[in-house]
Amino acid sequence: MPSLDGLVSAAGLVGSRLRTRTPSAFRWRRATLGALGLLLLAVVWELYKALGPEDGVVVGGLTVLPRTTDLAMPHVWDVLARLGQPVNSTQDTLVWQAVLGAAVFSLGVAGVGWLVGVVVGLALALLMQRFRTAESAVLPWVILSQTVPLIAIAPLVRRWGSQIEIGAFQWENWMSVAVIASYLAFFPVAVGALRGLGSPDAIHTDLFRSYAVGWWTTLWRLRLPASVPYLLPALRLAAANAVIGAVVAEVSIGLRGGIGRMIIEYAQSGSGDPAKTWAPILGAVLLGLLAAGVVALLGLLLGRFRRGEVSA
Amino acid sequence: MTEVPTTGPVPIGVPAVEVRGVDKTFSSKNGTVTALEGIDLAVAPGEFVSLIGPSGCGKSTLLRLIADLEAPSTGSVTVFGKTARQARIDQEYGIAFQQAGLLPWRTVRANIELPLELHGASRAERTARATELLELVGLSDFGGSYPDQLSGGMQQRVAIARALAERPRLLLMDEPFGALDEMTRERMQTELVRICGETGAAVVFVTHSIPEAVFLSNRVVVMSPRPGRIREVLAVDLGRAADRRDDLREDEHFFANVSAVRELLHGDQGARPAVRGVENR
Repeated sequence: MPSLDGLVSAAGLVGSRLRTRTPSAFRWRRATLGALGLLLLAVVWELYKALGPEDGVVVGGLTVLPRTTDLAMPHVWDVLARLGQPVNSTQDTLVWQAVLGAAVFSLGVAGVGWLVGVVVGLALALLMQRFRTAESAVLPWVILSQTVPLIAIAPLVRRWGSQIEIGAFQWENWMSVAVIASYLAFFPVAVGALRGLGSPDAIHTDLFRSYAVGWWTTLWRLRLPASVPYLLPALRLAAANAVIGAVVAEVSIGLRGGIGRMIIEYAQSGSGDPAKTWAPILGAVLLGLLAAGVVALLGLLLGRFRRGEVSA
Repeated sequence: MTEVPTTGPVPIGVPAVEVRGVDKTFSSKNGTVTALEGIDLAVAPGEFVSLIGPSGCGKSTLLRLIADLEAPSTGSVTVFGKTARQARIDQEYGIAFQQAGLLPWRTVRANIELPLELHGASRAERTARATELLELVGLSDFGGSYPDQLSGGMQQRVAIARALAERPRLLLMDEPFGALDEMTRERMQTELVRICGETGAAVVFVTHSIPEAVFLSNRVVVMSPRPGRIREVLAVDLGRAADRRDDLREDEHFFANVSAVRELLHGDQGARPAVRGVENR
């Protein structure tokens, strides 16, 4: 799934572009440059397709650059044109509509996962900030948790989930996907928030001690506001992680309706319809951009707490 | 502004600060370090006392003990007759550090209001007090600015205003002008003298600078390092602190006092060069 790496970098890139508050002229310039970058990518794609060898560049039996056949690299305009055509001969739905629907579905699941991950991550960070012993006890596990491969936990989560049944509540597959998304999302939040909560200077903590106020007041008035510059990049990373987690978990759990499943389905029809394969990948990129954009909006709302922020 | 009508350095009744037989040791991996040893000191209400000495003489530690940011290893610290801890809880003192330590996400006005807000003052009360203080420190036009839009000297003035917000009878200042340039520093000293005159608060002031200590203080406490001890306490005979003006810096009495403090600082070190870490300017 080569698109996932692109997805992360795309999400990160857009995040950092929207993050800084700039005069509108400067912002327009950046937007134009961003659009030019996209155009350049399309140009490079077409140039390579036109000039590159048919069988790709092979060094010592290893394909370094892809084949340039229409099967491997359809024309950019073919991909775009395919978006406007029906999914298949039996359906009226256009590809872009199907992709957009799937993207919205995945975004919803990823959003739930992100929220759960942020809550869990913040709670862990608060626990670790409050009790030094908790930090030494919990932090190694937090880090260890991220070394477990996603593919390994997906079936576990599904199996455990299927055993949960409380009254009218029944565990559904999309919840497993959200749990896995949150599993990836909580980590940057926990680490970023812990650093942010510990970021106030000694002067500030001394000052609050001299005011004889308790831990909660210090948290609300000092530590939380001070952690915002650390928290925003963490939230953005969590958003990207939640999207990746959701897309991958859709595949491994077999949840229908989202982008992950669609990437697999469309890839299967790839030999006869190569342009269609790229549609859900574009959808995944869009998903990442949307997720990063939402966090960037959050950053604009919290602009007051980011004064004097060193670019992270 | 005139909550406590104390006049002059005459110790009447309960002292503002009383430090008795205080030792302070810090233990680290490399054994224990004695930061302070056998400290006795009393500060009268309304009196301005400077602590001066080379780096490592424990003057900042002494200030932190008074502020109850550290606890003494032995001995006792009382502030207006209460334990240091109780005095901190009762907000008997205001404190300012070498760095202004303003909260960057709050406006100047909101920074000054911070202690009032934390202790539940009403909005109207906060606004009135902040307006008053902004005027006192000459920043009336900057209430809506954010700290990063101010110069270092202006930030420090905000910090002083914040320290004064709850009308404390005691101000603790840890090298508040240490990071400022010489010009700003002298102007701030003159302003501090005026502010103390208007508020009548007692001040314990930690500094590296001999002229600064002499210009501001009723008494200068000269400390020596390793372990931190009080070497001598010098009464500065330059008249009421509140009446001091800039021209005093040219006065020969001023220079005489500066020389006296310098000799005390160099003390038993005979012909050795100036004590390191002390500014002689």
